[in-house]
Amino acid sequence: MTEFTTWDILRNLLLAARWTVILSLVSFIGGGIVGLIVLFARIGKSRTLNVLSRIYIELLQGTPLLMQLFLAFFGLGLFGIDVPSWLAAGMALILWTAAFLAEIWRGCVEAIARGQWEASSSLGMGYLQQMRYVILPQALKIAVPPTVGFSVQVVKGTALTSIIGFVELTKAGTIVTNATFEPFTVYGFVALIYFVLCFPLSKSSQYLERKLNVAHRNH
Amino acid sequence: MNYVFNFDWLFQYWPVLLHGIGITIELTLVGAVLGIALGIGCAWARALGPAWLKPIVATYVEMIRNTPFLIQLFFIFFGLPSLGVKLNELTAANLAMIVNLGAYGCEIIRAGIMATPRGQFEAGASLGMTRVQTFWYVVLIPALQKIWPALSSQVVIVMLGSAAVSQIAAEDLTFAANFIQSRTFRAFETYFVSTLIYLALAVLLRQMLRGVGWALFPKRAAR
Repeated sequence: MTEFTTWDILRNLLLAARWTVILSLVSFIGGGIVGLIVLFARIGKSRTLNVLSRIYIELLQGTPLLMQLFLAFFGLGLFGIDVPSWLAAGMALILWTAAFLAEIWRGCVEAIARGQWEASSSLGMGYLQQMRYVILPQALKIAVPPTVGFSVQVVKGTALTSIIGFVELTKAGTIVTNATFEPFTVYGFVALIYFVLCFPLSKSSQYLERKLNVAHRNH
Repeated sequence: MNYVFNFDWLFQYWPVLLHGIGITIELTLVGAVLGIALGIGCAWARALGPAWLKPIVATYVEMIRNTPFLIQLFFIFFGLPSLGVKLNELTAANLAMIVNLGAYGCEIIRAGIMATPRGQFEAGASLGMTRVQTFWYVVLIPALQKIWPALSSQVVIVMLGSAAVSQIAAEDLTFAANFIQSRTFRAFETYFVSTLIYLALAVLLRQMLRGVGWALFPKRAAR
């Protein structure tokens, strides 16, 4: 039987952690793009799009991410495609992230005072111009802290993709445990690596929130 | 796409689903009640507790909030036995959910406690209330009322997250779905049905928590 040193365990986990990072980045960026589309559908003027985007958000926020992963994995299979787990994982996470980001950003857009809309329309701006030059630049500023905060949820969400067979940090933890029979050490390290990934994001979100709130503090 | 959808298995396997739903509900209720209780305790410790306790609770909260629930579950179920703590899968699932909600609940409730003006404590003391009475009636109840919507959302998130407990063989709804699809090979249909059940559970739970909110905070809700 091969002996595993602590370094062997940690080294293998760190190699797998790259996939957690890559999947998190893909989900966050992809989710951001899809989320922006959902956001415009949600706050736009078309009734149909409003309702559709609301249903989309409600469905994805009201069901477990794990179920969405299963449905993506087996649902894509229905089309006769041999679905690699990374594809199902990436797709489900992008759609899930999009639903949350769209809802977070909607809150930010709606937090912009009504008068800003009226002022810009009295200047003769069209809807797109109002968005581009008046609303979004202001909404963007208040959107940064909660968006960074949500990225922590995305990193943690990638852990569930291990269940549909994507080999990232959690899956690697299971594999290494099965080889070494040291679950305490292995899952301890896995938790520590997740912590190292997530804690700076949590802290910077708190920092940004405090910093951006300066203008509103003395009211 | 030449796939023919088939839901006939529902007639045979609905008791399995029902059992799974039962376990999911039980885990959620126990997790919610004890998790919120733990959250209240931790929020008290972080906001008003003794100085030595604060860093301990802060570490616990940050550890839990920055690691995935699945890893917490694995750590409790697979890791703790090497320290001599052996838990069966349901106890481990319950414990993981309590510990998880406790940390998130702590931060939410603490925000409510911090929003209580300093003068309220002094007012409580000047009325001859003990510190415990002041905390309970003057600080905690209004704090809970303020943050009840946020806390409710967190409970729903924990319920949805509980799908992961199937991975340590706790027989919840997801476990039932895995079992059924391994028997019938109707994977998509099985997960589709169980996803809809989760959605219904989430909607029901949200309504129930709103009701609990009205029952707990009757007077102030009327304003």
